[in-house]
Parts: sequence; structure tokens; C-alpha cells
Amino acid sequence: MSAMTESFATAFRLIVHADPALVRTVALSLAVSGSACLCAAAFGLGSGAWLAVARFPGQRAVLLSLDTLLALPSVVVGLVVYLLLSRSGPLGSLGILFTPTAMVIAQTILVLPIVAALARQVVADALREGGDQLRSMGAGAFASALLMLLHERWAVATLMLIAFGRAIAEVGAVMIVGGNIDGVTRVMTTTIALETSKGDLPLALALGIVLLVAIALINVAIVLFRTGGGSLAVETR
Amino acid sequence: MVARWMKQARRRAVIGIACAASLAWTHTLVTAQERSITMASTTSTEQSGLFAHLLPAFKQATGIDVRVVAVGTGQALDMGRRGDADVLFVHDREAEEKLIAEGFGLKRSDVMYNDFVVVGPQGDPAGAKGNDVVAALAKIADKPASFLSRGDKSGTHAAELRYWKLAGIDAPATRFAGYKECGCGMGPALNIASQSDAYVLSDRGTWLGFRNRGNLAILVEGDRRLFNQYGVIVVNPAKHPHVKVQLAQAFADWVLSPAGQQVIASYKVGGEQLFFPNASR
Amino acid sequence: MSTEPLAASLIVLRDASVTFGAVAAVRKATMRVRERDFIAIVGANGSGKTSLLRLLHGVVAHTGSRFVPRPSVVQAMVFQRPFLLRLSVLNNVRIALWLADRHVSASGREARAIQALERVGLGALRHRQARSLSGGEQQRLALARGWAVRPDILFLDEPTASLDPSAKKDVESLLAGFAAEGMTLVMSTHNLGQAKRLARRVVFMDEGRIDVDLPTADFFAAGTPGRAGLFLKGELSWSLDG
Repeated sequence: MSAMTESFATAFRLIVHADPALVRTVALSLAVSGSACLCAAAFGLGSGAWLAVARFPGQRAVLLSLDTLLALPSVVVGLVVYLLLSRSGPLGSLGILFTPTAMVIAQTILVLPIVAALARQVVADALREGGDQLRSMGAGAFASALLMLLHERWAVATLMLIAFGRAIAEVGAVMIVGGNIDGVTRVMTTTIALETSKGDLPLALALGIVLLVAIALINVAIVLFRTGGGSLAVETR
Repeated sequence: MVARWMKQARRRAVIGIACAASLAWTHTLVTAQERSITMASTTSTEQSGLFAHLLPAFKQATGIDVRVVAVGTGQALDMGRRGDADVLFVHDREAEEKLIAEGFGLKRSDVMYNDFVVVGPQGDPAGAKGNDVVAALAKIADKPASFLSRGDKSGTHAAELRYWKLAGIDAPATRFAGYKECGCGMGPALNIASQSDAYVLSDRGTWLGFRNRGNLAILVEGDRRLFNQYGVIVVNPAKHPHVKVQLAQAFADWVLSPAGQQVIASYKVGGEQLFFPNASR
Repeated sequence: MSTEPLAASLIVLRDASVTFGAVAAVRKATMRVRERDFIAIVGANGSGKTSLLRLLHGVVAHTGSRFVPRPSVVQAMVFQRPFLLRLSVLNNVRIALWLADRHVSASGREARAIQALERVGLGALRHRQARSLSGGEQQRLALARGWAVRPDILFLDEPTASLDPSAKKDVESLLAGFAAEGMTLVMSTHNLGQAKRLARRVVFMDEGRIDVDLPTADFFAAGTPGRAGLFLKGELSWSLDG
């Protein structure tokens, strides 16, 4: 138990002193995972909406594959992306291995299935409720799906938070494709892994607490945005 | 109504700026380092803290940034074969020479050595204490006491298997019940050994920096066979034309030079020198 | 029989049927909707009113013939419980306009949307969240949504069934106003008093069949034949309320 209290004390000290290296590491974690979620949203929300309305042969196979990809281990994604981006691999000439860009790519691939599968569910459920009426107003299938994404934007925000959580918490993919290079590709989770492997468990735990605090602050900011800028009116139906 | 529109527009502007800023920033990290090389080394070397001491001196002397990817020796050498690194800095002479023979490296040079120690429970149930690693391992197998191996094809693991062979045990996993493999790095291995009061072969550097010692202490040291030789290899541009061979050679030259060797010697942990430069003249 | 020239037909059904699985919702319906008609489709629950409405609107698969002489006819539909997007009142109408015609400019859409909201008396509430409106207000919004696209025919599926009496009155007066402007309306209702007040023609459905198709006065006169007569007699006491 003393390791725990020592960790909380260390975490508090780290946050208060705002050591530049630590701040940079936290910022990189947020930037990499945030960028990955933006990319995943750009590709995944549209795909998910389309899957909710499209009819094509082999559809069930596609949906099954999507559900399987939800459980993709992060280290497997890291390995695959590494092999693609390695100099000996097909995309080696891009020279982006061991850079934050590679980390963003890996995390995008990791969370894309989550975004697509959940978006599909959200749109499908919404269409069950109001799809008929949208159709009678002249909306085609895909237009209806996109309108439902807009209509269910808070559900979409929640699923993006889930995706972000998956991205920022993972260590397997960023470790392999980033190389955990000090000052370049070292993020919070890889730092925690490093300190753990060095045997400095209290520091590792303290860093974990710092990461959670950073994420909590982001969630607070999102809630403030929502109630400040959006509508406070209560829905009656 | 205008106020509401402005609030929404401001929200969107903030989000847009945040996205653009984060993408721009991650991109600058990529393009900023033109005078840089990628070095594949081992986790134990990085965790010893040597690079934090050595590389700034190199940067000051040459202006070149060295980006260290620290993995197991096996993976580091594989990075050399794939061309994902410009220079290798590992400690497994046999594997290094094989890589040179395969044509993936230009030349292998001795840089420095550190040593291994056998760490174990202070009570020393196998009676391994002393300065003879082979005898110690034989006693551990005979008892049989608990022994934890890294089992990850690292330089340390390769050395450990060599010592077992010298003790007449070809496949320790099959020979005695107390032998366990974790497939992990040096730090985690020490963690596990400390939890389960097992013997373990460690490099001195990681041990000196290790905080979670529990009941463990150094039991075997000083055996010449425990010395761990480091080599530096520039990756062969004939196999991988994009390798930054001039910058990589600059690193190799510097670390073998009197200046670089002196920096290595000056690195201390707890007042003790960890690495002993031995570049041939 | 009337001696006026017949108004143009907008939709013609001939022996059209709608089946859902094993259930025949509409059996061999033959009728036509003419310009400036105000048709009330009445009948017991489950008699096929909603299905006939959807059939006329053309949003359900059918056998038999559904013929639209002038394909450019603009149709809109209002449902018993309108589906409103989680947007403002104004934006709900603007999106309906966008769906109906992608070529109208954004400012044009905004103007027409405001006009539609004023028409139904919701102009002041245009920036409120649509889902925060009362039931009656939401239905009026649905009417604005329909009216905004300038439909030739407006279909309504039990539009006042969920509303309280004063909201019902508001909606009915709006519908009467639309009819006076020349819009064709086809409305299903279980409220016979409403049918009598608003419609010029009544279609009575019984178990999927169109049993009776008469001008309102004739339908409610004494001596209506068959099951329609029974329906009137049986429903009269409690359905002719205001």
C-alpha cells in the first residue's frame, strides 16, 4: 500500500512542477491519439453510416469481419504496420517508421473498426425510429444515414470518446512502430512500460495517475463545451 | 441569434485550430531532424542510462542527433537487416559477425564492455557465491534452485545459454525443474526474480539502477567470462541505399575515438563505472 | 351526381393490394384522388387506413396498379407522431426543404422555412430545439415541414390522434386553411366528427377493403348501407365528439 501512496504523492509533485519533458510526453500522447481519432472519424463515421443502409452480397461477412476487428490486439496492429512501413516493406520508401506519423497510422487502424461498428449501430437504431419519415421527405438511403449521424451527435461523441480511450491507453502498437525514442516517439504508455521494466514501479504508477488526470481534464473540457455552447432545453419526446 | 451563431462558430474555430495545430506539431517532429540517425540498440543498454550521458556529448561534437530504438538484440539485428536503422550498437559478438558475413553491416568494431553478474536470494540456497559462473550454474541446476531466464533471444539470454553449455547443460529448460523463462527484458526479469527469490543473470548496469531488489544480492561476479563485449556496426548502404552512412560512420568513428571512449569511461552509476572502453587502437 | 366537370386525377389506384407477409393490409383498392379533394379515410383500427395512405403516397410495395398521371406532382406526408431531428425548429424545416429540392439556394430555403413557420404560428419559436416543443407544437411543425415544400397533395396519418382538444383545434383549422388555399389533402382518422367537419369525401375501410366512397354529406346521411352503417351507428356515440 505504501507504493500506492508514494505514487499519488509523486503524481501530485509531477503535475505541480510541470516538468517540461513530462508535459511534452503527455502532449504527444494526446496529439497522437487525438489525431488518430480524427482520422478514424473521417473514415469510420461515413463507413459505419453507409454499412447501416447498404445492401450488397456478402454483407453479413463484412459485418462479421468488422466485429472481429473490434478485438484486434494492439500489438498485432503494431506488427503489421511495422512490416508495412519497414524499409524492407512495401511502404518503406516513405521513411515514416519510428515517427509520430507511424503511430497515428497504427492507432487509426486500431480504432477504425470501433468507430465504424458503433456508428453503424447508432445509425441503424435511429433509422428504425425515423427512417420511414425521412424517406417520405425525399431522403435517399445514404442521406438518411448521414442525417441520423447528425441527429445522434451525442451518441457519436460518446463513441469517439470510447475510441480515444482505446487509442490513448494502448502501448503495443505505438511501442513497435514508434520505437519509444526518447524525445521523439515516447508517449505516456510507453514511458510507463519503460519505468515498469526498469523496476521503478512507484514512478510508473505515478505516471499512470498523471495520464488519467490529463484525460479527466479533457472530459471536463468537453462537458463544459457541451453545456456552454449547446442547448440546455430538455427534450419532451 | 447572431450571438448564438458566433458562439457556434467560435466553437468550430477552436476545434479546427486544435486539430490543425496537433497535426502540424506531430509533423514538425518528423521533418525537424534532418541531421539525425537511427540507432538500434538494446533495452539493457538504454536502461543503464548510458545514452543519456553519451549522446548529448556526441551531438555537441558533431551536431548529429541519434535516435535510439531500444529493443532486444535479436530485433536490433533484424532492424539492421531490414534497413530500419543506420547504425547498430549491441552486445552479441557471434550474432554481429554473422550479420557482417551476410553483408548487412560494413564492419564490426569493439567499443566497450560491461559485465554480467549472477544475482540471487541472499540466503544463497544453492551455494553459488563466488567468482566462477560455470560452477555456480552447475550448483544451481543440481540443487535444483529457482533460476529465471529472460528467454528473449537477447544478448544477455545468449550469454546465459553459453554459460549453461559450459556447465555441461545444453537445454536448461529440460534439465531441471526450477528453470523458468519469461520472454521479457532485464528489468521485468529482475522484478520476477525478486518476487520469487530466484537466481538470475543480469548485466551490472540494469542491476545498479534496479529499485525493486527485494531479497536479492550479487552472488557471482568478476569471472572474466562474465564480461559483455559491445560492438558498433554501420549498416551496409549496398543493401539499403537510403542509410545515412556518412552520419552513421561519424558516430562509429567518434565512439571509437579517444574522446568518445573517455565519455564512456566517465559514465558512473552510484559512483561506480559501468562500461569499460576497449576500442582497439 | 354532380354536373361540374371532374377535376384532374392526381393518383389513380386500380385493384391495388398491399400484403405484409401473410397479412393482406389492403385488398384490391380502386379509387382516385382528384385535385382539391379533401378525403378522410375512416374505419376501425386495423382496417388498413395507414396502409392505404402509404399506398397512395407510393412508399409501400404493392400489387395491382398505382398510376400518377402527372409525375411532377409534389407529395408530402405528416405522421401521427412526427419524427423531428435534434435540431432547431427552423433547421428541421430547412432540412425538409433541402431534401425536397437540392437546387434551391440556402437563403431561399431559409426564407421559405420562416414563411412556413409563420403560416402555422411557430415563427417565434424558430430557434427552440424542436424536441422541446409540446405535442401540438410539434405537429404544427410537421405541418410547416409539409407545407414548406408546396405539395400538391398532403397525406396525413391520424394527425390529431395524440393531441389534446385545443391542439387538435389548431391543427384542424390549419388543415381547413390549406384546403382553402387549393391543396389536396388525404387524411386518415378514427375521429368521425373530424371527418365530418373537414372532409369533402369519406372513404370507409373494412378489413382492408374500400367499402364505401362517398361525398361527406351522403356518407353521414341516414341509411348508409352495410358495415359502414353499422360502423356509424356503433361509433356514433363516442366518435362524433369535437
